[in-house]
Amino acid sequence: MSEPKIDGFELKPGFKGMASDTASDQTMFKGVHWGKAMMWIFLLSDTFVFSCFLISYMKGRGSTPVEWPNPSEVFALEAFGVPVPLLLIALMTFVLITSSGTMAIAVKYGYEKNRKMCGWLLLATALGGLTFVGMQAYEWSKLIHEGVRPWENPFGAAQFGSFFFMITGFHGFHVSIGVIFLFIYTYKVFAGHYEKGKKGWFTKLKGDYVEIEILGLYWHFVDLVWVFIFAFFYLW
Amino acid sequence: MSDEYDNNKSYQAQSSEVMDGSTGSVNPDIDYVRPSEVGEQELYHPHSFIEKWVFCQDAKVIGVQYFLTAVFTGVVGLILSWLMRLQLGFPELAGFMTAEHYYQFVTMHGMIMVVYFLTALFLGGFGNYLIPLMVGARDMVFPYVNMLSFWMFFVAVAVLMASFFVPGGPTGAGWTLYPPQTILEGTPGAGMGILLMLISLSLFVIGFTMGGLNYMITILQARTRGMTLMRMPLTVWGIFTATVLAMLAFPALLVSAIMMTLDKVLQTSFFMPTILKAGEVLEYGGGSPILFQHLFWFFGHPEVYIVALPAFGIVSDLISVHARKNIFGYRMMVWAIVGIGALSFFVWAHHMYVSGMNPWFGFFFATTTLIIAVPTAMKVYNWILTLWRGNIRINVVMLWCLGFIVTFVNGGITGIFLGNVSVDVPLSDTYFVIAHFHMVMGIAPLMVIMGAVYHWFPLVAGKMLDEGLGKWHFWITFLGAYSIYFPMHYLGFIGVPRRYFEMYDSPYMTSAVGMNEFISIAAFIVGAAQFILILNIIKTLKTGKKAEQNPWKANSLEWYTSTVPPEHGNFGDRLPVVHRWPYDFSVPGAKEDYIPQTTAPSEVIHTEVEKT
Repeated sequence: MSEPKIDGFELKPGFKGMASDTASDQTMFKGVHWGKAMMWIFLLSDTFVFSCFLISYMKGRGSTPVEWPNPSEVFALEAFGVPVPLLLIALMTFVLITSSGTMAIAVKYGYEKNRKMCGWLLLATALGGLTFVGMQAYEWSKLIHEGVRPWENPFGAAQFGSFFFMITGFHGFHVSIGVIFLFIYTYKVFAGHYEKGKKGWFTKLKGDYVEIEILGLYWHFVDLVWVFIFAFFYLW
Repeated sequence: MSDEYDNNKSYQAQSSEVMDGSTGSVNPDIDYVRPSEVGEQELYHPHSFIEKWVFCQDAKVIGVQYFLTAVFTGVVGLILSWLMRLQLGFPELAGFMTAEHYYQFVTMHGMIMVVYFLTALFLGGFGNYLIPLMVGARDMVFPYVNMLSFWMFFVAVAVLMASFFVPGGPTGAGWTLYPPQTILEGTPGAGMGILLMLISLSLFVIGFTMGGLNYMITILQARTRGMTLMRMPLTVWGIFTATVLAMLAFPALLVSAIMMTLDKVLQTSFFMPTILKAGEVLEYGGGSPILFQHLFWFFGHPEVYIVALPAFGIVSDLISVHARKNIFGYRMMVWAIVGIGALSFFVWAHHMYVSGMNPWFGFFFATTTLIIAVPTAMKVYNWILTLWRGNIRINVVMLWCLGFIVTFVNGGITGIFLGNVSVDVPLSDTYFVIAHFHMVMGIAPLMVIMGAVYHWFPLVAGKMLDEGLGKWHFWITFLGAYSIYFPMHYLGFIGVPRRYFEMYDSPYMTSAVGMNEFISIAAFIVGAAQFILILNIIKTLKTGKKAEQNPWKANSLEWYTSTVPPEHGNFGDRLPVVHRWPYDFSVPGAKEDYIPQTTAPSEVIHTEVEKT
């Protein structure tokens, strides 16, 4: 990230700066790339989507007449003959958070125009995401094998299965989209599209390493949402 | 971009300015606008007919595409309302219609008018066309995404229309789609109809999100030099705030649509309680129908303001231009728009007073609802004070604006009735409610749309719409709309319930029959009168008078493009530089009664303009 400099405009810190930026002409967020601002606002909107899901889940869990199953028993995994609660989930969380780390370093190398390092780290991030989706698929199939379905659940309230598959599915969908884009941008970085000024496939406009940061924002958001899902679904 | 821009122009204007003993000296300091911090936007120019008119990335073409598609759905909604009125007024002529048909028409009419007509028209149509022009941008900031936004909307409309032709027909659950009955057998369209409706709504939300991001970032990050937020026309403020509301409210609609789709397709029970049907327990159980109502109205109430705020903004500009006076209390108007937008997220449960929720909840929501009346009333006062002692031109545009103020005040006052729990409970689900919301969010915004069409048509098409036809259109619509909705208040007071196919032998019938016939006849006439506009547009395009540049002598940037109608890129070689707000009308000391936003202070040094 570079410090923005605006000709003829003094950037002040704190609330004073915020007020003077807001009152100024041309831009509200000084020196912020359009795409980056767009991603932040999209993520705000997406936050509302996930909030609606999680609030609905709380309401559903609170009002079901049948008892809610104990997540640490349902999501236990047998390791060396001992059932360890949330083992798989802990691993998944670890992988996803780690991929957030590699993503952040990829952004740094991108801005330093270190094409190779940026590409490898993006690839690592994509593989981390792919591992996460794979483990989620394993978790889903394990639960389905045990008889949990969206419409029924042998451990208790049917809504457990409904909300589980819907919310983790919606989150997994976000991760999958992110993985696809990570692979695409890995290719773009390795192929040197930004250095060559190659135009985008669809938009026919030139790209920039800021796109890596925008993708990074999305990826961190997906991780952050997972933390909330983890807390509300698995730990509650 | 260089700083010398406008120098030639400013000398010219200087010499045309009447100034006593003017030496024509230009003070460079007061004209200073800091250099551009936003680079020149890279535009992709179309290379073929398809890229120019079909998959076009120019926001102006996209705006027109949105407009035409929305008008098409609006005509469908209008025809549905005719069929409903035929049944209510003259059931003997509507023998082809069953109760199921009637419910389907009610549902589709509501959904089409609120979401696919008004929302798409204001934000997709006017938003796309006007935002880049009014803030002085070359185009929306993400033209490709903008194009996708329209086509997503187009697919959503296609899916919605397809539901008329599937087995069982479209859904007939009422536009609120309340579960459990929405997806249970026995409700018309509970099979494919509701599924297509939910898919269509989800597509609409996705498409709108793409557009909404464009509108917001264009306004926040791509204004021209000198264009501060507090120099933007109120139209832009209204559309901007409505877009923010939409970005935060549509997620609730998306989530409820996804959950209901799962309830329908996978037999989950998010919204479905235990249900006994003909003595048998259904598969469903343990869900909460009230949860859906909360999600739906968390979307649904901001949706009202998504429609109303752009109308507020546009009408402020139209009134100011056609009364040749600056808008009264510009800053107050801006804060009122923002305040109404913020409050609209805390009032949703006033739609649910009779849902059986905790009465204290109703008390809270009644309070917040009535608080919204404060900024809204401020806006009405400001419109009237703008007209006060203005140089009012009673043209078609002004007539629509005046019509808006009257219908909006009328609908707003009945809103105060319905916002109070104790008054609302007996009036709930009667024709009083129908009258209220059609006045306040049907007719009033429609009046603004019509005014806006007459106002901006010369910009879009380069020709002036016919004033005579316009006056016929206005007076039939205005008087007719009152003939339709005013009696409905009375019907509501005597307790006629809404959404009923027939009254059978109920005691309401004796006094309601004649009135229903009267309302229906008015509805047929008003509906038909809307085609005057289409006729007017066709006639104008063929033989209309060519419009000069800036025919209304307005100040905002959309009238100062390099060509009329504006081309791709809007402003030719150089973007305009803004020195003032768009409301400098009838400024004392100025030669003309308007000072464009691009006029530098040194050109009008002897006038009494306010610093904005």
